[in-house]
Amino acid sequence: MSVEMLSVIGAAIAVSVGAIGPAFAEGRAIAAAMEAIARQPEAAGTISRTLFVGLAMIETMAIYCLVVALLLLYANPFAH
Amino acid sequence: MKLQLHPLQTVVLFHAGPVPITASVVTTWVIVGILVLLSWLAMRRAQVHAGGWLQATVEVTVEAIADQIKAVLGADPWPYLPLLGTLFIYLVFANLSGILPDVVAPTAHIETPAALAMVVFFSVQFFGIRQQGLKGYARRYLEPNPLLLPLNLLSQITRSFSMMVRLFGNMMSHEFIIAIILFLAGLFVPVPFMLLGILIGIIQAFIFTILATVYVGGAVGATEAG
Repeated sequence: MSVEMLSVIGAAIAVSVGAIGPAFAEGRAIAAAMEAIARQPEAAGTISRTLFVGLAMIETMAIYCLVVALLLLYANPFAH
Repeated sequence: MKLQLHPLQTVVLFHAGPVPITASVVTTWVIVGILVLLSWLAMRRAQVHAGGWLQATVEVTVEAIADQIKAVLGADPWPYLPLLGTLFIYLVFANLSGILPDVVAPTAHIETPAALAMVVFFSVQFFGIRQQGLKGYARRYLEPNPLLLPLNLLSQITRSFSMMVRLFGNMMSHEFIIAIILFLAGLFVPVPFMLLGILIGIIQAFIFTILATVYVGGAVGATEAG
């Protein structure tokens, strides 16, 4: 297999596997926030703001995978 | 719609001397011009009572941003409002400019998020030093243990990097997904995704600003961070 083919496969694996963990984590975070808002509707503003910041932190992992995939596809240091 | 198949490549429009001027820089200039014009129009004849609708809109926006920053910082938001409010309003305009035909959002290229993240990085250090003095701010890097100094320094850099990559990745991948869907399925299928893009643009602007606020709050030693 050539380096290009391996890079494409590696990019696909990076994104698909790297999306699993953050997806579960964001699901858990949103479920917990929903429960908290249902218990305490008056704290919804604070909870949702903290939730957004937390989601951004969790999402970073998935975005790192995306960056790795993009580097493999478009700025591959091993090809050429 | 212009399809750019290379997300890391930039379109150089012309050269101003030795400096290449890219399309996102020109878009940024246009956005800055629009914002300056709007602010000037709104505050040209500002009155305490009986101001115009534009003045009321600007006031409501600024007050809302100040409230959010106050809720995060737990301190007086006004010293930090010029930076953070400008950041938010510019990001909203920049992220939403991608909706216009033939305009690519400047945040969908990596330079603009990189510049904004660097602005936030240096502002955090500046606010921290201004609030606590050089010695007091430098001591924070040795807490809770001097052994953690490398990790504290590293976290300063990685969080700026992750801010940059988060904004860039979200905006760029959104344009990419629309382009791919346009290839796969006809004319009207991408429309819901473009509507989703409006939501994503505003949420990303909000997240970027809130994270910048949290970092500034951490540097100035505010009571509540997050």
